[in-house]
Amino acid sequence: MPEFFAIPKPFAQALRLLPNPPLSLMLTQLTRGILRRHPGIVSRLGDQAGKSFALAPTDLPLVLVLSLPGGVAKVKVQRDGKGADCMISGKLSALLGLVHGAVDGDALFFSRDLVIEGDTEAALALRNAVDDAELDLAEEITRLAPPLAPMLKRLVAAAERRTGVALHRAGGVL
Amino acid sequence: MELVCPAGTPAALRAAVEAGAHAVYCGFADETNARNFPGLNFSRAELTDSIRYAHQHGAKVLVAINTFPRAGAQDLWHRAVADAERAGADAVILADVGLLAYATKNHPNLRRHLSVQAAAANADVINFYAAEFGIKRVVLPRVLTVAEIAAINKETEVETEVFVFGGLCVMAEGRCSLSSYATGKSPNMNGVCSPASHVVYDQEGPDLVARLGGFTIHRVGKTDPTPYPTLCKGCFTSKGETGHVFDDPASLNATDLLPQLAKAGVTALKIEGRQRSRAYVAQVVRSFRDAVDALAAGKPMPTGALAALSEGQAMTTGAYAKKWR
Repeated sequence: MPEFFAIPKPFAQALRLLPNPPLSLMLTQLTRGILRRHPGIVSRLGDQAGKSFALAPTDLPLVLVLSLPGGVAKVKVQRDGKGADCMISGKLSALLGLVHGAVDGDALFFSRDLVIEGDTEAALALRNAVDDAELDLAEEITRLAPPLAPMLKRLVAAAERRTGVALHRAGGVL
Repeated sequence: MELVCPAGTPAALRAAVEAGAHAVYCGFADETNARNFPGLNFSRAELTDSIRYAHQHGAKVLVAINTFPRAGAQDLWHRAVADAERAGADAVILADVGLLAYATKNHPNLRRHLSVQAAAANADVINFYAAEFGIKRVVLPRVLTVAEIAAINKETEVETEVFVFGGLCVMAEGRCSLSSYATGKSPNMNGVCSPASHVVYDQEGPDLVARLGGFTIHRVGKTDPTPYPTLCKGCFTSKGETGHVFDDPASLNATDLLPQLAKAGVTALKIEGRQRSRAYVAQVVRSFRDAVDALAAGKPMPTGALAALSEGQAMTTGAYAKKWR
């Protein structure tokens, strides 16, 4: 299992200074865009779409709680996973690797790089639905702010080179 | 030898084909297949599109309809067979005798394989299935040695397919009741072994506790791998000894045995893991395609780096070398 990059502490601490409501709003917009372009995620969730999912990057001082009330995505940035049906925790780089199909979820889970708490069925459904969507978060972020796309692309490529963190969909899988 | 690879989603199917799979097996998103997990499997439209993709890239698609139909609900399984044929499947993988009879009568041109769930472990029973239901291939249960597989191949014209990588079942396939005992659901009837809805992991002080259907099946310390959530891989105390009394949590890896399996007359090599990610599929398939190509070219087996992808991060040659406790 690869060693996962941890976000440097000063950067993580700086995130504490950001107010949660605008961050929640931005992530909600991003998630709605993703689900619009990848409707298979919601259909794969099936019965589990009514659950709430906490994503907890252990190297960041925040937890993202995703829910789909009335089929519309909502992301709330919290200090912990309180109120969520299930929580998936791991270093941000491991979670991103999972989203991008660069690493295997079961292998991460059994090696304890990933921890699942609460409703296992909901967590499993989300993992499988996201795996099928072949997401590329960098691409999704640039869609959110098209004028910034060239700058964002350069930034993402540099961050990927320096950290080894999968910020794009894994190559050779499409 | 043909490499038969798993796909739980269309994305995993494409990953398998791109990594060099000769054939991919998959199932519908319902209880007709033995990997009926949340978020997994194919709709009718996804299967049709995926088969088209596979055929364009020279790969076959085999559809697993390998659970045992419920009394009064056989129609669900019948529809699955009809829809697999309509989607262009190269074969269906069946286990139930009644469903085999139905497919033989109503879909005579659809190639039929006998699932591992049928637990056909000798030439007489395999030849019976061939005579009665025209099966062209049998997936052998994971309880046979290489010598026993060679003996079977000498006595049958039916192609044999054997597992070479992935999770192991300790029981004769299709006859295990452990999951059913703990959760009321089984791979045989519902397509789920240890369903996620009944699996709970709890942190209790320094210990991580795995529970299935309310039964504690394993408790590990801080540095141990997360326990596998099936009863057969659980850790219990029996007659004063504590350990994995049914089976060790290890994955099958028969890479080194490929030359012997070829000599034993095996037609196809199967990789387990429809419940795994496309990353797993891509890596394992690529590794085995390299091995199969090396074998065909008379080269030594490449040493892979698949340990991290195995259950319990440990690997075994399973029953092929017969080392059961």
